[in-house]
Amino acid sequence: MKKLIELHHINKSFDDQVILDDFNLYINENEFITLVGPSGCGKTTLLRIIGGLESVDEGQVIFDGKDITKLEPNERTINTVFQKYALFPHLNVYENIAFGLRLKKVNEKEIEELVKWSLKLVNLNNYEDRKIDSLSGGQQQRVAIARAIVNKPKVLLLDEPLGALDLKLRQNMQYELKELQKKLHITFIFVTHDQEEALSMSDTVVVMNSGLIQQIGTPEDIYNEPKNRFVANFIGESNIIRGKYLGDKLVEFENVVFECVDTNFEKDEICDVVIRPEDFDVVSLDKAKLIGIVTDKVFKGVHYELCVDINGKEYIVHTYEEAEINSQLGLAIDPFEIHLMKVPQIEKA
Amino acid sequence: MIKKFLTTLILIIGILLLYIPILIIMLLSFNNSQRPYEFNGLTFKWYTQIFSDNSLFSAIINSWSIAICATIIATILGIFIALAINRMKQKYKPFVMFLNNMPILNADIVTGVSLMIIFTLLGFTFGRFTMLLAHIFFCIPFVVLSILPRLKQLDNNAYDAARDLGCTHMQAIRKVIIPGIKIGILTGALIAFTMSIDDFIISYYTTGEGFSNFSTWIYSRLNRRTFNPAAYAYNSIITIGSLLILIYINIGIRPGGKKIEKN
Repeated sequence: MKKLIELHHINKSFDDQVILDDFNLYINENEFITLVGPSGCGKTTLLRIIGGLESVDEGQVIFDGKDITKLEPNERTINTVFQKYALFPHLNVYENIAFGLRLKKVNEKEIEELVKWSLKLVNLNNYEDRKIDSLSGGQQQRVAIARAIVNKPKVLLLDEPLGALDLKLRQNMQYELKELQKKLHITFIFVTHDQEEALSMSDTVVVMNSGLIQQIGTPEDIYNEPKNRFVANFIGESNIIRGKYLGDKLVEFENVVFECVDTNFEKDEICDVVIRPEDFDVVSLDKAKLIGIVTDKVFKGVHYELCVDINGKEYIVHTYEEAEINSQLGLAIDPFEIHLMKVPQIEKA
Repeated sequence: MIKKFLTTLILIIGILLLYIPILIIMLLSFNNSQRPYEFNGLTFKWYTQIFSDNSLFSAIINSWSIAICATIIATILGIFIALAINRMKQKYKPFVMFLNNMPILNADIVTGVSLMIIFTLLGFTFGRFTMLLAHIFFCIPFVVLSILPRLKQLDNNAYDAARDLGCTHMQAIRKVIIPGIKIGILTGALIAFTMSIDDFIISYYTTGEGFSNFSTWIYSRLNRRTFNPAAYAYNSIITIGSLLILIYINIGIRPGGKKIEKN
């Protein structure tokens, strides 16, 4: 795969507040990449830097082999779908979509064809003459996408585009955006704070926190093998327990020895053990490796979420069967469900 | 019953008090006699005299030319000032808004006298130029004040979106920002024009060399026996004119309520 965008040592601060700190990232052609992180982690700023709407303090933005760091947004073949759509209310749907083409002095016949084409792509046939404020949120979203893709950019930037939509609509749009990306064969850079959205849509997920990349990988990698506590907590729910690697794929925590699959640890190295709530198996007490007391339960629809007290520590367990509060619960964990993480140097001391 | 009667009565008295002076002036504009206290027949001669009395006619032209120039310049400057204030950091905004609102709250006489002092200190010759400057000065805050809320309503990303789609800085302002705040600009310009065309106090202190607009012209003639009732005629034309415009706008808005802004 060809690298389309390269970010080299990007530094950016606002009023002494560091937003991006020596940030490096490669983005491939035709990739659906998602930047995910809590608000204020620098993901939107990064997007604006790629789009040219924000300047960098230091560093380089390379696009298709050329340095575009100093280029104005109107000189880049990149288009953006903004968070609150930023449609132009004084123009109708047709003129909104034609806006970029008119600036490029495309002839009227071609504009008409392209506008029709892009409206068809976002399933809004015959909406040309509608006024912007007569459209629903979902429809405005589609117009915003059409307005961006009609310019045939090589990269489409999407800044939390689904944030204002209700759940059902959001799920539909996730699916449609994914389809759209496949149809158009262009790179999508998607920004969201919703980890589920990030996992379900992307080829690559970039987890960010306080201006730094925490982990880059496929959704599966990020979920199954989080690199650190931040990622483990931010992407899905996790139980994180301090443990000790005993060598030979054995790890000890809560005074019990478990088999695991990780090997890249020293003998007797302290490590963090990540167990996803759904990875616990509820078993009878005599087969259990861990025994705890159920302190709380919440019905979540597909499963029950239990709070289980084991040796004074609280664990979250997802199970399909109901359990009584204050009853004892036996738990077991398959070796491949146990993920070990390195402990940061500072915390070891 | 009595309460209802009283409110109606007060309403009628109020309306009469507002409209009687206007009606009297209209009546006088058709009065054949030059003296306001005697009425001897109808005439249209004062309406033709508007154009034949040179000093009156030039005062009227001055009023209009000052108002039009001041409106245009104040509106253009006001747009840029409003754009700048809107992009300012939140913590400085209240202070700048205070500076903007001060001339509006200030008594006209203070504004007039202080402008007179400033123009004197700067060594300006009083006349058309100083009056125009003064009018521009007191019109700008109104323009800024009517544009700012519109700017706030505009999507924060509208400018970015325009840039993203290929606009240069100026194109983005021209094609997206200005149309987005169009109503604010029109309102501001209209207020500026109204303020300018009927200003007397500030004009009085900032004019000189025999340059007068309509209001200062009336003031200079008021006590003379030869006061030309053509001024009444001009006033009546203005009143009827504004009334017609109002009616037109109201009729224009009514069907379907289309022209009324949502908020």
